[in-house]
Amino acid sequence: MIIDFVPLWTLLLGAAVFFYVLLDGFDLGVGMLYGLAPNSATRNLIMNSIAPVWDGNETWLVFGGLGLLAAFPLAFSIIIPAVYFPILIMLLALIFRGVAFEFRNREATQVTVWDRAFCFGSLVATFAQGIVLGAYIQGFKVAGRHFIGSSFDCFTWFSLFTGLALVFGYALLGAGWLILKTEGELQKAARRQGRWCLIAVIIAIGVVSFWTPLSHHNIAHRWFSWPNIAYLSPVPIVTAVIAFFEWRALSNQSEIAPFAGAIGLFLLSYFGIAISLFPTIVPYSFTLWQAASASDTQTFLLVGTMFLLPVILMYTAWSYWVFRGKVRADVGYH
Amino acid sequence: MVLDPLILSRLQFAWVISLHILLPAFTVGLASYIALLEGIYFATKREIYFRISAFWTKIFAVSFGMGVVSGVVMPFQFGTNWSRYADVTANVLSPLFAYEGLTAFFLEAAFLGVLLFGRNLVPRWAHFMSALMVAFGTLLSSFWILSANSWMQTPAGYKIMDGRFFPENWLHIIFNPSFPYRLAHTVVGFYITAALAVISVAAYLLRKNRFSEESQVMLSMTFWLLTILVPLQVILGDMHGLNTLKYQPAKLAAIEAHWNPEARAPLILFAIPDAKNEMNHDVIEVPLLGSIILTHNVNGIVPGLKQWPADQRAPTAIPFFSFRLMVGIGLIMTTLIAMSLYLRLRHRLLNTLWFLRICQFSGPLGFLAILAGWITTEVGRQPWTVYGLLRTADAVTPSLTGMNVVFSLASYMLVYLIIFPTGVFLMARIVRKGPSEATSTTAPIEGGQHRSPIDTLPEQTS
Ligand code: HDD
Ligand code: HEM
Ligand code: HEM
Repeated sequence: MIIDFVPLWTLLLGAAVFFYVLLDGFDLGVGMLYGLAPNSATRNLIMNSIAPVWDGNETWLVFGGLGLLAAFPLAFSIIIPAVYFPILIMLLALIFRGVAFEFRNREATQVTVWDRAFCFGSLVATFAQGIVLGAYIQGFKVAGRHFIGSSFDCFTWFSLFTGLALVFGYALLGAGWLILKTEGELQKAARRQGRWCLIAVIIAIGVVSFWTPLSHHNIAHRWFSWPNIAYLSPVPIVTAVIAFFEWRALSNQSEIAPFAGAIGLFLLSYFGIAISLFPTIVPYSFTLWQAASASDTQTFLLVGTMFLLPVILMYTAWSYWVFRGKVRADVGYH
Repeated sequence: MVLDPLILSRLQFAWVISLHILLPAFTVGLASYIALLEGIYFATKREIYFRISAFWTKIFAVSFGMGVVSGVVMPFQFGTNWSRYADVTANVLSPLFAYEGLTAFFLEAAFLGVLLFGRNLVPRWAHFMSALMVAFGTLLSSFWILSANSWMQTPAGYKIMDGRFFPENWLHIIFNPSFPYRLAHTVVGFYITAALAVISVAAYLLRKNRFSEESQVMLSMTFWLLTILVPLQVILGDMHGLNTLKYQPAKLAAIEAHWNPEARAPLILFAIPDAKNEMNHDVIEVPLLGSIILTHNVNGIVPGLKQWPADQRAPTAIPFFSFRLMVGIGLIMTTLIAMSLYLRLRHRLLNTLWFLRICQFSGPLGFLAILAGWITTEVGRQPWTVYGLLRTADAVTPSLTGMNVVFSLASYMLVYLIIFPTGVFLMARIVRKGPSEATSTTAPIEGGQHRSPIDTLPEQTS
């Protein structure tokens, strides 16, 4: 008997991608807000708040990519070529921001090249990821098992908009993280920046929620036909409630709530996209089952994953725990 | 002129992976070295080992960071430029890549943070364990990626349906015929590379008369290691070559620039291979030695390129010369070890200035040998991506235009040409500063909290 592992892999991969968005999301967000830091001391503090964990966060990107290749290879070999340039731009930007941790001169009082590389690298990488997201929602030109469009198809007004939206989204997560890890003036600034980002995020969620069904008939059908509309109506309502709660949290004294609220907003948006596209993984061309790898392949990888993933989560949690609490100003990098 | 996306994609892959490999080549060995130093320090509590370890950890942080960012680029290459390769091989190869992520990358990343920043936040044993985990992670990484690469050289345990590979036996896939040799030869090569870099730095500091105590420990320790590893590497290389002869004869013929299959074959030391006329010019050769080395038998038959049609031969000159460069460097290293043993017996290893000078300049040798070896391996595999089964030309992404790849290749070149020299410059600056005088208890705390989480330790309460 062959067990169908596709649903399980869908969940696993979905979780991995969400983990990536959450974890690298906040540290890319911190990287963008870094550009607004007023002086060298604050810059050191902001960077130190993510220095011990950024590498682990970025590993979820690698794992997300490789997980897609392993579980749904057809999707990997169609989607990645289709977003050739956004991927290129993202990778190059990630290089600049990644090496900035080590290359930056911590004694410098003025803003240096590597400070800029850190901030703009984070910004550009995020924007590029947002373009990938937008292109994904719009779907790809496919013939047989290949992408046959042009490498520039992915740049549309819609994908540029989702790029911008993701910038504010990650910055909101970043602000949540900084509120958690810092105190005093720096925390106040993060709250202020967080409120601006939240406004932008709410607008973006609204716009994308209308734009997508308007341009994709079947998505409109899925959301607005009876009885779906009754089942799905909690999604926008809960989103609105969380947005309200997030605004309050950014304005009052709570330290953990802003981060939690931002996570909630991301989770719901993520759900919204999943509901719109399920069960396709190459939107409008291939379903999860059509794109899945051989069942032997899925089984072989699943055995190890079920055992390794909990272990990974445990030691990753431990490494976060070691660096828990507020970042201190009076300590050097090495 | 027409821009060919295939040639450009090959160039791009060669560029990004050649620069990526330089960092694992260094960090795999260095991670183990740091774990060893931390272990000795943990056991003996001698501060000198702490100082050496702290010094190399700084350099490690820079090189590891570069290794990670250049590594993240790699799996995406499979999708962007080699999407048909990804589609066709994924059922077999993707779990190996994914297991690399699951077993190695997460492990390295989580414990790296603690290794670099957590010395005063965790108990000493936990810090030592973090160093061990990082080192272990780098070895697991090498294990999986080399297994995947070896499968592409000597595929096994698969079946082909609808033009795609499907798994049949995972043990045969992972432990394919060339994997044990490739793993051993590459990892030993990485250790040698890191060891020579350590020796080079130690020799530099000794010549400048700075931090002599630390440098002497580094130099002496590391030369012992090399005394074992370099001869071992030559033997492993020989075994690896025999394996290639058995499973990839066309590659071996290209490496040796042999056009006609023959018994009692000479060993060609130097020649200019001429693919068009299927012959060599300006040959310098040793009679019989080719058969002796390759088959361990004077009458052994060495394959010749003419056994294969012209469109199934690798571009002979590249593997031919890169192989000779690697072996030449191997012989230079052997000579260096012999000299070090001679000087050590006369108690002059640590104070012979001309020798220290040679040591200082042999720092890049390992890196060169690694690159030369990989170019032999990968160009020798051409025109196949999966040897004998999937042509490189059938692996490239169909939607790419020449201009697309020109642009991406130029971007990778530009960015790497900024990042890599900067990284080298920063590491050189750390070397010039030398090990710090600091002792373990005054080492700075990073990024965490006011108090140590574990207060039971005597050092932590200070
Ligand atoms: C410090 C590095 C180093 C040194 C000194 C040597 N090698 Fe090497 N060699 C490598 C590092 C390396 C490598 C980079 O690790 C390669 C590339 C792929 C591989 O499997 O190992 C390699 C490949 C490689 C291959 C290609 C196998 C194939 O792809 O089919 C052969 C035949 C040899 N080596 C043989 C030798 C011999 C006879 C040496 C003796 C002097 C030697 N190597 C020294
Ligand atoms: C012989 C070839 C290779 C070896 C031995 C190797 C080994 C390593 C090691 C040890 C690291 C950790 C970083 C470092 O030490 O610098 C690393 C990083 C990385 N490598 Fe490679 N690598 C090789 C080729 C490749 C290839 C072909 C890929 C593409 C699949 C790849 C993907 C990666 C990725 C994604 C990272 C970043 C990991 C992270 O996020 O922590 N590597 N590699
Ligand atoms: C780390 C050292 C490595 C180096 C220096 C290296 C070098 C190269 C070079 C020079 C090429 C182009 C060959 C040509 O087109 O003539 C190539 C191709 C390629 N290599 Fe490697 N390689 C390395 C390891 C790996 C590993 C570990 C993998 C995968 C697991 C890998 C997968 C590929 C693929 C998919 C191609 C493209 C298709 C092809 O040209 O056959 N390589 N590599």
